[in-house]
Amino acid sequence: MNIIALVKQTPDTAQLSAAMDGMRLSAEGGPRIVNPWDEYTLETAIQTREEHGGKVTALCLGPPEAADALKTALAMGVDEAILVSDPVMADSDCLTSARILVAAIRRIGAFDLIVGGRAAIDGNTAATAVQIAALLGVPLVSYVADLKSLDPSARTITAVRLLERARETVTSRLPALITVVKEINEPRYPSLIGIRKAARASIPVWKCEDLGLDASAVGAGASKVAWQAELPPIREANVEMIDGGPEDAARILVDRLIEEKVI
Amino acid sequence: MASNVLVWIEQEDGQADPIAWQAMAAASKVAGDLDGSLTAVVFGDQVADIARQAIEAGADRVYTTEDASLVRYRVEPYAKLLARILENEPPSVILAGASTAGLELTAYVAALTDAGLAPDCTDLHIEGDQLVAVRPALVGNLVSRVKFTGTGHRIITVRRNVFQPAYGDESRTGEAVDIPAEQAEDEIPTRVESVETADGKVSLTEASIIVSGGRGVGGPEGFQPVRELADALGGALGASRAAVDAGWIPYVHQVGQTGKTVQPDLYIACGISGAIQHLAGMKNARVIVAINKDADVPLYKYAHYGIAGDLFSYLPAIVEEVRKRLGR
Ligand SMILES: Cc1cc2nc3c(=O)[nH]c(=O)nc-3n(C[C@H](O)[C@H](O)[C@H](O)COP(=O)(O)OP(=O)(O)OC[C@H]3O[C@@H](n4cnc5c(N)ncnc54)[C@H](O)[C@@H]3O)c2cc1C
Ligand SMILES: Nc1ncnc2c1ncn2[C@@H]1O[C@H](COP(=O)(O)O)[C@@H](O)[C@H]1O
Repeated sequence: MNIIALVKQTPDTAQLSAAMDGMRLSAEGGPRIVNPWDEYTLETAIQTREEHGGKVTALCLGPPEAADALKTALAMGVDEAILVSDPVMADSDCLTSARILVAAIRRIGAFDLIVGGRAAIDGNTAATAVQIAALLGVPLVSYVADLKSLDPSARTITAVRLLERARETVTSRLPALITVVKEINEPRYPSLIGIRKAARASIPVWKCEDLGLDASAVGAGASKVAWQAELPPIREANVEMIDGGPEDAARILVDRLIEEKVI
Repeated sequence: MASNVLVWIEQEDGQADPIAWQAMAAASKVAGDLDGSLTAVVFGDQVADIARQAIEAGADRVYTTEDASLVRYRVEPYAKLLARILENEPPSVILAGASTAGLELTAYVAALTDAGLAPDCTDLHIEGDQLVAVRPALVGNLVSRVKFTGTGHRIITVRRNVFQPAYGDESRTGEAVDIPAEQAEDEIPTRVESVETADGKVSLTEASIIVSGGRGVGGPEGFQPVRELADALGGALGASRAAVDAGWIPYVHQVGQTGKTVQPDLYIACGISGAIQHLAGMKNARVIVAINKDADVPLYKYAHYGIAGDLFSYLPAIVEEVRKRLGR
């Protein structure tokens, strides 16, 4: 099995505090982690290799420091890691990012399974992996909560998808792209040996010319949307504390909720 | 410049998902602002009723495709069909609800049609002559204002429970256009083997009332009074990650950054401190109530009503009061 794990590096929202708002956190040089959803991506890819053999390649598009996310991937146990990074790629929208990643996947070569996460917590578009499947023309099985079976010889997978109102069991042919949700597994911690190995690993960096992409085909200029981020409006603390014992408080609360027309 | 608006009406078993009418409400506003016509798009196996409702809800035209292969939403046949329809339309604005299906379908279609995409938006407006979509990013710690730079289609999904649907007008008339399916069953690479629905339970993302428990409930049994209040109010049961990670309640109930994003009319948090990652999933609820034995937790910054006390003494009293007042 040739498995590709799509991993994004994102700001570390656990570092948010009174002194570190969303703008500061996202600014260059801010604290970064593996996109929390992609920890499940990596665990799924590694478990699949452990069961069926083969190789896992972690693929990340991002600034040079995104190599740290790939070090984590290597420490967890992926076999190879590739960083796609080129200053001209900055501010690509999700479709342009998907195109760049597709060019990288083509360069990696034949694959049986691509794994991505439900969404990346920064842009939260939940679109990039879906668009990669669309551009590659491979079947897409999203929101996978359980990879029930994978048959490398029949070239099929059966997976349970976690939807809003149902769990849906789907069979697809391989190669396919799946996106996974938290329920699928418990991501492992990098082992000490893994961390040491990852520290020594050199991660190849692919630029536009390595992917046969013209600079005009990437970045903000090639994108169909542009965005500007700002802090959300500050909420005034105007909580009404309801005092009194349980019976009194219950009566006052229910009064308020009826006045608010929410019950 | 005038621009037409198309809206995808998500449905299952001949029943539209409520989010579809919310998307329709957003679409009507955009069509008005852009001086364009409004077309609804419905796929399924029997969708005549929904097509009718779409016209009542404001569509000037409905494109319908009925085919056995479309009975249940699957991304490929739906996306290829919608992309084919869009190929024959002038550059338009396409709207859908940001449900699991809507997010996926629109992303796929944007890739097939080389369109701009703004997912999970909470506001849409015109600035100068530009359509601007507003969406939360970085789990609610940023607001992103998205502008479309290309000349092609502009695709937008709207977050659940943000746009209010208007009442339908039964006297409205509109044109219905049948469109053939794009893929035959044997060309579709995925097959749905079985579907397990959570019958009778109110789903978290659609609930208008949610009662959640956190670490403060102390254990699996501690959810009992929380569940009773949810039932008394006809709402859904939520939880913080701390409670889920402790194994007290299944993950499907988790609200927050790594759980579900919800926007109910009423959110009652019991024994939840209000960590930023939990707030990310619920802070846009219309009315928030916090019950916490600590009188100074972050959640009170966002709550509208607070009760500083032990949830085990206050919840039963609230349940009783609710039953009495609402006659349940
Ligand atoms: C990457 C990442 C993602 C995360 N994603 C999520 C997410 O999706 N959702 C989420 O919820 N969290 C998430 N978290 C965790 C989050 O940071 C908090 O740890 C979690 O929300 C805390 O849950 P809690 O409020 O139930 O527990 P605590 O913070 O421990 O609060 C428990 C509260 O209960 C009160 N209490 C105790 N006993 C009683 C009683 N008898 N009566 C009344 N009150 C009582 C206490 O005063 C306290 O305020 C995430 C964290 C990280 C790092
Ligand atoms: N820059 C990137 N590099 C590698 N994978 C990515 C990148 N962006 C998104 N992905 C993958 O696509 C998924 C969805 O991301 P998004 O569409 O950005 O919310 C992520 O969980 C990753 O698996």
